[in-house]
Amino acid sequence: MSSLSPPAKKLWWKEPIHKSELLWISLVFVWGLVMTFMMPYWHVVGKQNLGTDTYKTTPKAFQAATEAFVEKYEVRKEGPRNYPVVAPPAGGDVYLIARLWDWWPIVELKKGETYRFHLSSLDWQHGFSLQPANINIQVVPNYEHVFNLTPNETGEYSVICNEYCGVGHHLMIGKIHVVD
Amino acid sequence: MATTTFRTCPDTGLKFFNSTENLLKANAVAAVVFLLVGGLHGLLVGMTRWQAVHLLGAEDFYMVLTAHGLNVLIFWIIFFEIAVLYFASSVLLGCRLATPKWAWAGFALMVIGAVMNNVVVLQGNASVMMTSYAPMEAPPLFYLSLILFAVGALIGCFVFFGTLVVAKNDKTYEGSVPLVTFGAITAAIIAVFTIVSGAIILIPTLLWSLGLVGEIDALAYRLIWWAFGHSSQQINVSAHVAVWYAIAAILFGAKPLSEKVSRTAFLMYILFLQIASAHHLLVDPGVSSNFKMFNTSYAMYLAVMASMVHGLTVPGSIEAAQRARGHSAGLFTWLRKAPWGNPTFSGMFISLVGFGFLGGITGVVMGAEQINLLVHNTLYVPGHFHATVVVGTTLAFMALTYWLVPVLFRREIVMKGLAKWQPYLFGLGMSGVSLFLMGAGTLGVPRRHWDIGFAATGGITHDFPAAAYTMLALNGLSVIVAVIGGAAFCVIIVGSLLFGRKLGDQKMSEQWIADPVTDEEYSANGGSAFAIPGTVVLAMVFFVSFALYYFINWKYLAETWGIS
Repeated sequence: MSSLSPPAKKLWWKEPIHKSELLWISLVFVWGLVMTFMMPYWHVVGKQNLGTDTYKTTPKAFQAATEAFVEKYEVRKEGPRNYPVVAPPAGGDVYLIARLWDWWPIVELKKGETYRFHLSSLDWQHGFSLQPANINIQVVPNYEHVFNLTPNETGEYSVICNEYCGVGHHLMIGKIHVVD
Repeated sequence: MATTTFRTCPDTGLKFFNSTENLLKANAVAAVVFLLVGGLHGLLVGMTRWQAVHLLGAEDFYMVLTAHGLNVLIFWIIFFEIAVLYFASSVLLGCRLATPKWAWAGFALMVIGAVMNNVVVLQGNASVMMTSYAPMEAPPLFYLSLILFAVGALIGCFVFFGTLVVAKNDKTYEGSVPLVTFGAITAAIIAVFTIVSGAIILIPTLLWSLGLVGEIDALAYRLIWWAFGHSSQQINVSAHVAVWYAIAAILFGAKPLSEKVSRTAFLMYILFLQIASAHHLLVDPGVSSNFKMFNTSYAMYLAVMASMVHGLTVPGSIEAAQRARGHSAGLFTWLRKAPWGNPTFSGMFISLVGFGFLGGITGVVMGAEQINLLVHNTLYVPGHFHATVVVGTTLAFMALTYWLVPVLFRREIVMKGLAKWQPYLFGLGMSGVSLFLMGAGTLGVPRRHWDIGFAATGGITHDFPAAAYTMLALNGLSVIVAVIGGAAFCVIIVGSLLFGRKLGDQKMSEQWIADPVTDEEYSANGGSAFAIPGTVVLAMVFFVSFALYYFINWKYLAETWGIS
């Protein structure tokens, strides 16, 4: 009987499984274990494990914290929008606002140093997409996501929004500089 | 109560009850209409992404993208799935459909929901994408239309369950339900979970858009919406795997290698597929790594294992059947002698290969907690799901339709020459879409983005590598090929319904359903029902590609910034 009819043998669950099927199932099962193991293993040996520290916040509180950060470490203004460029000390905190439709402020980091990023949105959901490093993180309003970033190369990086946020989505672009 | 008259199909011997037959026709026709609408929107999306063409303006692009997703990912697929459920219950079990009036009510709700949704979206105030992430807001009618559609689909699921009970009570079959019906049951159970999750999040969101609820937590929305959004794709997987088994039986008379293995694999879908909503939360704030690792791996990749088992047993059962019928030379004679000119076969086989190699591997790789950092929300994501949902599900459904139309409507397929090529056009075009979108995504190109040239940002730009633009151009060309294939399908099917030669009670000249391979045949030709060396070789090729691609991505990951 085919797959369109009831099984020919009523006690089909007592039929033996053939070698080739069993072999494949075993192989796939072991492969599943390997892939399961890779994730905790990378937490131990890998250098790319997104931190999950998160705090409830409000747009107002987060904006105030970011403004204080800019005031303290601003080094110059830059670009067509005359945005502040902020250079925090190595190992220090970085605040970055996502909002309709830009990233504020511009940040200047030192290669090889580790920074504590604070990321939140003032309105809708956004997507932090650091290019060309290709690091992509969801940005959610009312949640302050805190994680560490360690740039490994110098250059000008773009922060693009990759979570659709309305008709100005494609206008949303910011900058991070990495210097020696 | 409904009429219980039926006809027996002269070509297949299947029993079609009147009420079932009309509902099958209505759902299938509605499905094809929304496929056509959604597919044309897809063409506009592809032509806008191609930066040198850049067809639509920004507002239209986002509106059309919203409509594209909803029409093809939700409406086309679910209408067709309801038809699959009714077929797998009433037709395969040879019983009347339970409560046809409820089934019609469900159908009416689905049509109202789908039409209303299109009207709301095309008015331009609801360009919120399929995901409609709060706190981005759409008009109340947008959420209401989805709720109506979902309630209709839920009614369809319960009519299906009711029909199983009818068959059981009327003793229309002996022993256990057929494997294909078992797969449909899997799909329906996951559908109930899916739709309930959808209700839990969409009803409060509707109330919020009406101003009756103060706030929707954006993170909670994501968590619950994806219990709906991801699971709905698992309905598709269960349904199209059931269709693969059905086509293997229809064309080759194949029986499953092992009922136990195939059914257990379906059962694992029910147990583990739903938790994969975590795939979408891997770079979210507020979600712990332990939660991510457990859920994203479907508890140790047990649902992935299920798909890989089907990936072996479906072609394996075809190989065993072909060998039993004389195509037993060498490793691949069985495959070479398969009916490649029959769109039901070619569509099914391209669906199987595309789903596994393009969709399956990439889905698992980007679902690894840390690797997701590289591709989250890039074009890699739509690239992946165009392989699973379009090459996989949609093409499998198209393949079945070629077989179903003459059976159901008693009309011959028209334009057989075109039909022969249609699965290749659609399948290969869509595989191109998938590959080139993933290529662009690997280079960091964001999804749902109107202009990666940043022409309107007042001088702040990012230079994507030239290869990204090439990928988008190649994607555009692939879209054209795929749309020609998709349009050909709609034309052939609608043409057949209107102008196909009427078959009436006459038997067709060709045999429309293969005789099941008998045990004697399996043993006569020197093979057994389990002799599948060719499939084992193909499976090993798959496994090696999978493992290589998996570890290459960890290597890519190791090269980027440190993140902790």
